[in-house]
Amino acid sequence: MATADKPKYNVIGTRPIRHDGVDKVTGRAMYGADLRLTGMLHAAMVRSPHAHARIKNIDTSKAAALPGVRAVVAAADMPQQGDRHVELGEGAVNMRHLAANVLAQDKVLYRGHPVAAVAADNIHIAEEAARLIEVEYEVLPPVLDVRAAMQADAPILNDDVRTVAAGAPESDQDKPSNIAKHILFEKGSLDEGFAAADVVIEREFDTTMVHQGYIEPHNATVLWNADGKVTVWMSTQGSFTARQQTAELLRLPVSSVKVVPMEIGGGFGGKISVYLPPVAAVLSRKTGRPVKLLMSRTDVFEATGPTPGSHIRLKLGVTKDGKITAADAWVAFEAGAYPGSPVGMACMCVFACYDIPHARVEGFDVCVNKPRTNAYRAPGSTQVAFAIETVIDEACEQLKLDPAEFRLQNASKEGTQRVDGPNFGRIGMVETVEAIKASDHYQSPLPQPSSPEHKTGRGMASGFWFNVGLKSSVTATVNGDGTVSLVEGSTDIGGTRTSIAMQLAETLGIAAEDVHPTVADTEGIGYTDVTGGSRVTFSTGIAAVRAAEELRNKLAARAAALWDVPDDQTKYEDGGVTGPDGKRIAFKELAEKLHMVGGPVIGNGTSGDQTQGGAFGTHCVDVEVDTETGKVQILRYTIAQDAGTAIHPSYVEGQMQGGVVQGIGWALNEEYFYDGEGAMRNATFLDYRMPTCYDVPMIETIIVEVPDPNHPYGVRGVGEVPICPPPAAIANAIHQAVGVRMRHLPMSPPRLLAKMVKA
Amino acid sequence: MSDKQVISFELNGECVEFLCEPRQTLLEVLRDTLHLTGSKEGCSNGNCGACTVLLDGRPVVSCLVLAVECEDARVRTIESVACDGALDEVQSAFLEGAALQCGICTPGFIVQAEALLDANPNPSEDDIRFYLAGNLCRCTGYDKIVRAVQSAAEKRREATAAG
Repeated sequence: MATADKPKYNVIGTRPIRHDGVDKVTGRAMYGADLRLTGMLHAAMVRSPHAHARIKNIDTSKAAALPGVRAVVAAADMPQQGDRHVELGEGAVNMRHLAANVLAQDKVLYRGHPVAAVAADNIHIAEEAARLIEVEYEVLPPVLDVRAAMQADAPILNDDVRTVAAGAPESDQDKPSNIAKHILFEKGSLDEGFAAADVVIEREFDTTMVHQGYIEPHNATVLWNADGKVTVWMSTQGSFTARQQTAELLRLPVSSVKVVPMEIGGGFGGKISVYLPPVAAVLSRKTGRPVKLLMSRTDVFEATGPTPGSHIRLKLGVTKDGKITAADAWVAFEAGAYPGSPVGMACMCVFACYDIPHARVEGFDVCVNKPRTNAYRAPGSTQVAFAIETVIDEACEQLKLDPAEFRLQNASKEGTQRVDGPNFGRIGMVETVEAIKASDHYQSPLPQPSSPEHKTGRGMASGFWFNVGLKSSVTATVNGDGTVSLVEGSTDIGGTRTSIAMQLAETLGIAAEDVHPTVADTEGIGYTDVTGGSRVTFSTGIAAVRAAEELRNKLAARAAALWDVPDDQTKYEDGGVTGPDGKRIAFKELAEKLHMVGGPVIGNGTSGDQTQGGAFGTHCVDVEVDTETGKVQILRYTIAQDAGTAIHPSYVEGQMQGGVVQGIGWALNEEYFYDGEGAMRNATFLDYRMPTCYDVPMIETIIVEVPDPNHPYGVRGVGEVPICPPPAAIANAIHQAVGVRMRHLPMSPPRLLAKMVKA
Repeated sequence: MSDKQVISFELNGECVEFLCEPRQTLLEVLRDTLHLTGSKEGCSNGNCGACTVLLDGRPVVSCLVLAVECEDARVRTIESVACDGALDEVQSAFLEGAALQCGICTPGFIVQAEALLDANPNPSEDDIRFYLAGNLCRCTGYDKIVRAVQSAAEKRREATAAG
């Protein structure tokens, strides 16, 4: 569905087959674990069985004596970091914390925390040797709940952490705290806003830690060569940030490290931070051989970067005709072992869908004895969307207002100021609500329950994500057969080779199939930020368009040389060059002649000067609740999302559908179960229950197109915002079905059943 | 290693013979000994389906099969689905229907779908969802995978009808 007058494109908006497709349906694509190098050793890690303990001693002698063992490392073998913060592309990182997360120094802060590693002739010997490493621990009491960790008498995880105030009052800097950050945003006057409200609703919410759940575990193979050069083959969302993190952790210049990004089996934010390469690198240095280090699924759950659990209080004031007058939120996020949860982004997102005159948000980044959390698809936004969108539904219920009309009346528009300050440019929040209202789903009656024990209900919710710009590089070379080789630095997780190639093809006026994209290593292309923040099709796309523009200019000059006319008399248009006296040469023909008029033609493009205008989505869901078991079945699901301009509609739909199903998993089943000692009790895919195809219906998609003026073709990133609304939309549907308000994620059968029994 | 055994089986139509330890899984042998890395390891305990292969025509998760159990068996992997360099209907449908994003689960889904279409050439949406429920995909939300299998089934029926 197009909501704006749409220019006619030749390539953009079509659905070519992805360039890397054949390799991926035949099993040929090379992922990190598929790599095999001559003389390669295999490594295994020793991980902490405790959630919180002091390391008293590590005895590696028995392991080192095992035949086939080639090297053993522990934190003492790693370079010391001291007190320094390094800018790693997405904000400054405390290197001491990053290093301690890679290999524990004096303390372990979560179960699964790496303590030592062994390299051996094969993985079985390495695993046997890892079991022979004796670690003596002094077990400390863990703190696992975000509110408990905020108490003054809570066990302290990191002696070097003091509360950093961001807008909030300064706190005591003499005492270490688990509260790493205290954020405060304010707009207008809350007292005035709540005084103007007819209805004020205040609710509390809890969400549990959940994992990105990519199917490919983390991996790295590293060769520390005799010349001092370190090469890393790995699965990563960003080869350049992986290079920088690895170099900083090894205290090497970035030019001494080369990262070769292998195909990546999913990331969703979880494959940005570095875990394995520095350890494999030191093992390689000790042995002079390449070392491969893979995580198990349990390692991935226990010791990578899930998204935080949270505790949220939210208060909303509304007039009886449905205008939001004031809103107040208190948001505490589990950072995990070290500071750095996305609570700041959560605070910026919580009220972003609505134009609220008086608002206040307070946020806390809190260390607990769980893995150090990381980005997960619109990091922080889903937790707070669950809170605000269900409170809005409750306000609509109390005031007997239509939830879609309510959202339209209060929706953020161009010029609306967010609680944290910025004003929106042209955005499509209103259009997504209108698209849902007009959808077949919304217009159809609610399905009848399948039995008297079942109840059906419909819910809706909206969501916001910023989308980022950041930096990308693209190099495009014209081939003699009239095609273009495109080299980019963005690792391709969901078809971006094609969405980038299509933008270059559109700009040059050639076919998408005539562009051959390659993702290069860190020495084959200019600096490129991570595949994250819904940025690749936007920002690497801009770089590709600029590379194509350089090609156009150079090709016009070459045609001028060919025709022996002045440069200013030729022009690149419609897939070829035109000149004086009706002269015309098509791109392909000119490409064949380039060797006669100056040789190779290469176009470069970089981006980094543009930011995106923000993405919005509105979802509608029908559920059926089994009142005897508390099980919720998704009957029908429709998502409307502003994609700006959909470059490859199939992959836009794919992002929307994938995000929704992750959101359904978060809503209904997924959670980290911890016991009192801080051991995750469900660290397998059997017990950490992600949706299967039998759990979900087809996901209906409505692509709304409100072009982003910051991109030459109007692209908005689409990857992240689809995960934000599902938990709230489903909670609202459950309420309509069975009359209970769920305020704790996930809304699993036992939790829903308990709530229904209580009601 | 003294405890290695000689095992032989039919792999993708050809007889192979190799040495393996009793503790090695079929997946490990396929990937590390026989260098067929199309079958992927996502969980190593049978929950994700990324390592699905056909063992005597039956889909199995190769991470839960010991290689020594496969003596004299017929093993088919993702590497044998394309015939003489041409993609089959399921592979083509995955490409045309954009039924993959990161691609790590794709080999397992394709092998499982081959087994489904062998057993049931005309599956309903519910049949497909039930049969593929042991394969996890975290990227697509399954919509386009299910549609690709529907489309492949239709193409294969048309091809069969055309003789």
